[in-house]
Amino acid sequence: MHIWWTIVRLAVRALMAYKVRSLLTMLGIIIGIGSVIVMISVGRGANASIQDQIHSLGANMLMIFSGTVKSGGVQSGYGTKPTLTIGDAEAIARDCPAVLRVSHATIQPEQIVAGKKNWGARVYGTTDTYAVVRDWPLRSGEFLNEQQVRSAANVVVLGSAVHENLFEPGEEVVGQTIRIKNAPFRIIGVLQPKGRTPSGQDQDDAVFIPHTTMERKIAGGRLPGLVHFILVSAQTGELVAQAKREAEELLRQRHRIAPGAEDDFTVRTLDEFADMAGKTTDIMTYLLTAVAAISLLVGGIGIMNIMLVSVTERTREIGIRMALGAREGDVLIQFLVEAMVISIAGGIIGTLLGITAAKVIAQLAGWMAIISLDSILMATIFSAMVGIFFGFYPARKAAGLDPIQALRHE
Amino acid sequence: MAKDLPVIRFRGACKSYPMAGETVQALRGVDVDIHAGEFVAIMGPSGSGKSTLMHIAGLLDSLSGGRYELEGEDVSAISRRNRADIRNRKIGFIFQSFNLLSRCSAVENVELPMLYHRPAIADWRERAMQALRSVGMESRAAHLPTQLSGGQQQRVAIARALVNRPALILADEPTGNLDSRTGREIMELLESLNTEGITLILVTHDPEVGQAAHRRIRLRDGMIEADEVN
Repeated sequence: MHIWWTIVRLAVRALMAYKVRSLLTMLGIIIGIGSVIVMISVGRGANASIQDQIHSLGANMLMIFSGTVKSGGVQSGYGTKPTLTIGDAEAIARDCPAVLRVSHATIQPEQIVAGKKNWGARVYGTTDTYAVVRDWPLRSGEFLNEQQVRSAANVVVLGSAVHENLFEPGEEVVGQTIRIKNAPFRIIGVLQPKGRTPSGQDQDDAVFIPHTTMERKIAGGRLPGLVHFILVSAQTGELVAQAKREAEELLRQRHRIAPGAEDDFTVRTLDEFADMAGKTTDIMTYLLTAVAAISLLVGGIGIMNIMLVSVTERTREIGIRMALGAREGDVLIQFLVEAMVISIAGGIIGTLLGITAAKVIAQLAGWMAIISLDSILMATIFSAMVGIFFGFYPARKAAGLDPIQALRHE
Repeated sequence: MAKDLPVIRFRGACKSYPMAGETVQALRGVDVDIHAGEFVAIMGPSGSGKSTLMHIAGLLDSLSGGRYELEGEDVSAISRRNRADIRNRKIGFIFQSFNLLSRCSAVENVELPMLYHRPAIADWRERAMQALRSVGMESRAAHLPTQLSGGQQQRVAIARALVNRPALILADEPTGNLDSRTGREIMELLESLNTEGITLILVTHDPEVGQAAHRRIRLRDGMIEADEVN
């Protein structure tokens, strides 16, 4: 036992004799391990917050977008060619057994006026089921009800960002009136803040009115009966996939799409969104892993370089040790331990710096850094391996020295 | 070990090595026996082969021809690893330039041979202190070599040579880097060790140092020129 302790202690002492040099040698490992730690913890944190955002969109939810415009090979995004109708939404609600609730919406940006203030926001013409499907609680008042939708009432529910921009913080606004396109709307509720979508859109910067009111008083006769998207909530989490199949089948029938022809709509589950987001973060992870691997390689070569210098400088010491009975293996282990002490020390410093950097980055980006024990353990093992791998050649060289030549070395 | 068996026996010992494209014959058939408790000086001008003989006797190098027996065991053709183990257990080296490790304290330098001893030595710290005491350096155990005088450094080196209780001690010009007064003190210390029974072989070209030995072997051109007993 004392032999190993002595070997490690001597290795530490040898490195402490050249503090600056040892620190510079560690730099590559510090940067490499540091970036691995940052990458893993920030990556995991980012992924977790994206997954949270996606699942905050609604419970067991499916989103149906209308198809895309194709002209001259240019394909525009979802919803550019409106194909979905209110009839489609009602049919899904009626004919798909796996479906619990359906909502739909058209969106139009408008200027909203309250007293002397005005604010531009997205106006959603939607159904009374929207808040339930989106799993979106109210802060005060109530959401649209069936009667208001049927009668095309001039009522509005505010997103929290709109409330913030038009009224004083904490001001009770239910019962007050705002104007959209000069038409007065009575505020019946304010939603809880929901934050941004994974694509960065502020979900709270919106107001919600009955789709019937939208069609008659705001849209001005555009898109009669058409909707931008349909939201569907499945009966249970297990029935999401089935609900998707049923909705797709029904819409293909209703849109008279021949077998084999391309759909003019897209159905996405939240899990599919989560997978897509996961893939993006995976690619980021691979890229950063490559960067970290390269810096560890460079750091390892730095260690090899310094260890070779060290072997040359300490040739006489090696000769003395051999004369006193050190086997080749003893010398090999001594220099391997030194290389490992450098790389592990670099790994520990890198881990600490990495954790700090990850926390700072996460703070700035507004998500949490997930620092797990396994990433720290992996970093430590990895840096030890770098030490063994790149320390082996210099150690081998030291062990192979001829004791007489080594003793003569000045 | 039988009483009549020599500690060192060379028979027809030859050593040649290539140097600048030519083969140098450093030893050309050396026959010599050195018995336990002897104090032998190996003398001769530079290039006579005395350093080579010392390296081979110390198992730092191997013969190219002939036979070397150490305590009755043929060690002419053993592996590098076995040579290291035998050096560790049976041979104590004392060098002209002391060869202490500069970053280690006196006692740590003395501990060094025990680090490589197999099996591990349990009371290593006590043994190191005991060896330092036997050379009068106990009070300087924690000093670094740079904090010690030349004579003190050589005493620490002698303690290091003694610590694994070797069969013989090989000293290469042990007083070469010391002033004559300190040199005499070191010689007295070595002589007293010999009196206690340790076999001592020293290599020197200093006739005064050689005079202290009980037997002088003179080498010239890789052969024994004279072997005289006081």
